[in-house]
Amino acid sequence: MTGKPIVQFKNVKKSFGDLEVLKGFDLDIMPGEKVSIIGPSGSGKTTIIRMLMTLEKPTGGEIIVDGENLWHMEVNGKLVEANEKHLRKIRGNIGMVFQHFNLFPHMTIMRNCTEAPVQVLGLSKKEAEQRAVQMLKKVGLADKVNNYPFQLSGGQKQRVAIARALVMQPKVMLFDEVTSALDPELVGEVLQVIKDLAEQGDMSMILITHEMDFAMEISDRVAFFADGLLMEEGPPQELFNNPKSDRLKSFLQRFSRV
Amino acid sequence: MRGATVTVSLLLASGALAFILAFIAGLSRVSENKAVRVLTMIYVEFFRGTSLLVQLFWIFFVLPQLFDIRLDPFTAGVVTLGLNYAAYASEIVRGAILAVPDGQTEAAIALNMSKFQRMRYIILPQALRTMLPGFGNISIELLKGTSLVSLITLQDMMYLAQNLRAADYSQSLQVFGILLILYFVLALPLIVLSRYLERRASRGVASA
Repeated sequence: MTGKPIVQFKNVKKSFGDLEVLKGFDLDIMPGEKVSIIGPSGSGKTTIIRMLMTLEKPTGGEIIVDGENLWHMEVNGKLVEANEKHLRKIRGNIGMVFQHFNLFPHMTIMRNCTEAPVQVLGLSKKEAEQRAVQMLKKVGLADKVNNYPFQLSGGQKQRVAIARALVMQPKVMLFDEVTSALDPELVGEVLQVIKDLAEQGDMSMILITHEMDFAMEISDRVAFFADGLLMEEGPPQELFNNPKSDRLKSFLQRFSRV
Repeated sequence: MRGATVTVSLLLASGALAFILAFIAGLSRVSENKAVRVLTMIYVEFFRGTSLLVQLFWIFFVLPQLFDIRLDPFTAGVVTLGLNYAAYASEIVRGAILAVPDGQTEAAIALNMSKFQRMRYIILPQALRTMLPGFGNISIELLKGTSLVSLITLQDMMYLAQNLRAADYSQSLQVFGILLILYFVLALPLIVLSRYLERRASRGVASA
């Protein structure tokens, strides 16, 4: 895990109206690195990855993806706001799995997984279907290709959403509280899929999660955000067993692991 | 009754025009370009806010005087009905597009789809479902709205019925009785068609 970071946040800020959600933070993600972001709700965790996915525009700072500025581009030597074309070019490096799955309800599982590869990457239908089946196998749902999303359980939907994002072969995958909307008994199957991915892959992963055991198990590094600031970061053992700030101590106490 | 041919062709022509315009206007109403949004809004509110009959008279009687644009009664009828009903239908298009959850757009962005691809493959197919009942309503309204063209001398069912009645006033009951039934018979396929389309489109629904 050496070399240039795949994602760099440089003094990134975000306000919604008068509310400053992120007050400027720096964070580098290395290729292949798995980073968990933890913190109390309202600490701007989700906003971080939404800005990286270009769903939210930062109000300050820079985000660099694979050496290229995400929200700005150079025109005649000057940095200007990125246009849609520039965003699309860089966005191709990134994939995301959402809290509420956001599967396309009018498409079969197969088409959910092949629509973007065909339309965006220009794969043939056959190639896209081969890739889709391969990824659906990874998440254990290859037998559901002809079903519609409403016929699946929450856990299954989320696994399809993971497969759908994987088919695009992103370099960085973002997971936004992907188990928060699930019934407790369905959380395990989704976490297992992500764990397998983490073990196999050279893909970088950024996970927003409230599953502390899970974060500890799969992360190379954990970042703790509170009050719009990056309070602490480091290897999971260090952070969980030896928290420095009071803020993190009291946060971890609420997750008293028995 | 040969008036039925006129009524039906009027319905088909103005219906086609109305739905094409409705999509254009509905999409313009959700455009990122403010000028486009405002211009479309003016069109929509103008045609919704004024009387269809008055619009018809304007296009048929006033336009020739003002701008020397002469339309035959059929074209004038198609244009007016098309513009008027498109204004209503565009609101259905707009509402249905806005009703598709944001998460769908976000997921499509995360898959790096272009704006066009998002609209064409993700948003519109879902919005279309929501539009169908409204479209069914509008097309039936449109059928009945066609009766107004009798007032600009177009010989549709209504016009011919008036003629028959004028020839023999004692026949009012029979003539207008038959007319009622005729309109209903014409509306029936529309009702059946929109039911059928709604049922077909409900494939795969029941929340994401």
